[in-house]
Amino acid sequence: MHPVVKLLAQRIALGILLLLAASVLIFGGTQILPGDVAQAILGQQATPVALANLRAQMGLNDPAYIRYFHWLFGAMHGDFGTSLANGSDVATDIAGRLANTLFLAATAAIIAVPTAITLGLISVRYQGRWPDKVISAVTLATVSVPEFLLGYILMFFLAVEYPIAPSVSTIYDSMGFFEKLHAIVLPVMVLVLVVLGHMMRMTRAAILNVMQSAYIETAELKGIRPFLVIFRHAFPNAVSPVVNVVMINLAYLVVGVVVVEVVFVFPGMGQYLVDHVAKRDVPVVQACGLVFAAVYIGLNMLADVISILANPRLRHPK
Amino acid sequence: MADRGAETLLEIRDLKIEATIYPPGEPARDITIVDGVSLTLQQGKVLGLIGESGAGKSTIGLSAMSYGRGGVRLTGGTIRLSGQEIRTASHAALRALRGHTVTYVAQSAAAAFNPAKRLMEQVIETTLQHGLASRAEAEARAVGLFAELGLPNPKTFGQRYPHQVSGGQLQRAMTAMALCPKPDLVIFDEPTTALDVTTQIDVLAAIKKAIRDTGVAALYITHDLAVVAQVSDDIMVLRNGKMVEYGPVAQIIEAPQQDYTRALVSVRQIEHVEAKAEGEPVLSVDQVTARYRGTHFDVLSKVTVDLRPGQTLAVVGESGSGKSTLARAITGLLPPRSGSIRFCGRTLAPALAQRTRDDLRELQMIYQMADVAMNPRHTVGTIIGRPLEFYFGLRGDEKRKKIQQLLDEIEMGSGFIDRYPAELSGGQKQRVCIARALAAKPKLIICDEVTSALDPLVADGILKLLLNLQKIEGVAYLFITHDLATVKAIADSIAVMYRGEVVRYGAKSDVLAPPFDDYTDLLLSSVPEMKIGWLEEVITHRKMESAGN
Repeated sequence: MHPVVKLLAQRIALGILLLLAASVLIFGGTQILPGDVAQAILGQQATPVALANLRAQMGLNDPAYIRYFHWLFGAMHGDFGTSLANGSDVATDIAGRLANTLFLAATAAIIAVPTAITLGLISVRYQGRWPDKVISAVTLATVSVPEFLLGYILMFFLAVEYPIAPSVSTIYDSMGFFEKLHAIVLPVMVLVLVVLGHMMRMTRAAILNVMQSAYIETAELKGIRPFLVIFRHAFPNAVSPVVNVVMINLAYLVVGVVVVEVVFVFPGMGQYLVDHVAKRDVPVVQACGLVFAAVYIGLNMLADVISILANPRLRHPK
Repeated sequence: MADRGAETLLEIRDLKIEATIYPPGEPARDITIVDGVSLTLQQGKVLGLIGESGAGKSTIGLSAMSYGRGGVRLTGGTIRLSGQEIRTASHAALRALRGHTVTYVAQSAAAAFNPAKRLMEQVIETTLQHGLASRAEAEARAVGLFAELGLPNPKTFGQRYPHQVSGGQLQRAMTAMALCPKPDLVIFDEPTTALDVTTQIDVLAAIKKAIRDTGVAALYITHDLAVVAQVSDDIMVLRNGKMVEYGPVAQIIEAPQQDYTRALVSVRQIEHVEAKAEGEPVLSVDQVTARYRGTHFDVLSKVTVDLRPGQTLAVVGESGSGKSTLARAITGLLPPRSGSIRFCGRTLAPALAQRTRDDLRELQMIYQMADVAMNPRHTVGTIIGRPLEFYFGLRGDEKRKKIQQLLDEIEMGSGFIDRYPAELSGGQKQRVCIARALAAKPKLIICDEVTSALDPLVADGILKLLLNLQKIEGVAYLFITHDLATVKAIADSIAVMYRGEVVRYGAKSDVLAPPFDDYTDLLLSSVPEMKIGWLEEVITHRKMESAGN
């Protein structure tokens, strides 16, 4: 078997194992929360008999590990149970919310990743000169400003003073693609500004590291234009660290955007989770936790896979 | 080439090169790296630039591309290439010239090739970049060069990545890369220094043939006069950024005018008469077999050698022959799978952790890279004093006196006691490592390529010192090296290693006298000799032999 196939199989197996471990933690975490699900559903005035009946009906009297496997088995088949708050199917709710979140995250990523890498390359090309300093200062500033403040600043200028985008980004299934795109202009801008700095600085650092190599001098002595030296000779050798930081930021775009969703009233996963945590809606919290864990693990696994595939020593063994 | 030879290709006048250095704790200052060097190179000719490290030879070589490495600046003089002044030329003009009119072959091709790109892509890059040929033409030319340079499977060679081919092949691929855009001038910067002596001869022959066939002019930079004598028409000897001597090869080799040149020519001629193999061996390696964890082949296989007290056993071989692994097995860093090691009449425990303090003390080691074998934050006194404290419990004045005595022994004087390694030259660093080994009062010192990283004259000094110390202290050396000249200079007995086995072993006079086995013959005949035409003699001789077989 080709060593790369073996390595990839190992990574994927490890990812699955990690996801299982995360599921144990999520389930265990919701179990040790104070309070009683039956009580939460029936309220303070419920009779002991009603509580006991509900517990038996929901299988709450079974040992924790049995309930865990029930839950896990259901989750693997796309059944996350029903919401305690409104009785709707969690899987259906999440599917819609996740689609919205992925739409927002993907739009932000499609803009942020190429921009960050291009800015990183430009920074290296003009290292220590004014373009580098300007890029560094601006991205550092946008990273440092809290997201909600960034959101309100953009809202003030681009929705109120010069209204080019709506300040409320709620999207509905009935909206067309471009309508949706127009609705999310502001949250996308905020997210891009938030993740840009991190990715750009990492790209810059990774490429600068490679720029010390002897083969960069070879390329310079071949009379190749400085930007091409960076792009053609340095960047391919810096792919691995860049991909890793890109994936961490993509994961952040999916799971860490609660504040931005709240500011722009965007119906995404974050807001969904926060709403249901407040209502002690355990099945929803568990399902969201599992989805977030899967996104994190999946993206980091993807980063590993790309790093492995980008390494000629692994791709083409002796 | 005679018809092209008349025109001047490169003319350098009064070249001055400076750099800014930043010594720790002191203000930055400018230093002059090259001062007032002038040279002329005719089309199709080869000029050898020779000198020790720090002589400025690489810096002068790169000035022919108007390139300063790091913070190096070309601050004065003129550099004319085909009549065009390039020292002050614009970036765009230099880009048009680099990789087209002038190309460069680096010392370490392994580092100079981009690991993420196929060789072909890199070899033809400049040819395409400068619009000199179509991709198909460039690839055809590269394949032709691969064949000319004796690379295996020239048609598919370019499809490989740098890590998939050997060091010698990479060096030839780099030469192909330099020749592909049909330059007027190639700068060869120590192209064979990092190679094994048996590989060096092939690469050298390939480079020489390529220069002759293409009629390109070359600057050939090296610290090895014997090598440069094989490929050059003229030689310039440099020292500390200044020219020492400049003339035709024959004059430099056969009738050097300057003392420094004479010293370079007569380097590696230490005479050492071998001692008789008498007395109980201090070290007996018996049928030792070893392999690294997780691998499936033996790097040492049934190695058996003896070493008498106060004598030197030289272990020679190419990289990968297992000679350093033998040192690791003896020191206990790599416990052998089978076989035994007897030292001073007792059998050593296989693993380092099980050895007694006396075992550790009596068996010391000196390494190739003196600078990484010392803690840069310790003074020379601390470094040498450490074994005195650890093994003998010396403190205070007693320790300081002993350190001073050791510094005298390595001919450095007590003024060095409070200096840091960074303030020492390469040779001085190696001397400190020797003093540190001696401080433990060992019976045996393993010297692993201790002179390989040093300039020839400095290396000679170290060898003389080691021989002297052996007489005074009666210490035995296990001397690991790939350099046969060094072996001749210091060994009493020799073990030749090849692929983990000792292929020839005995007293120096026996090992170095015919009849030879094939490998020893190859090894001995590959050592460059300080004489013009040596390369052709060896190549012709080998061709005749292989034809005879």
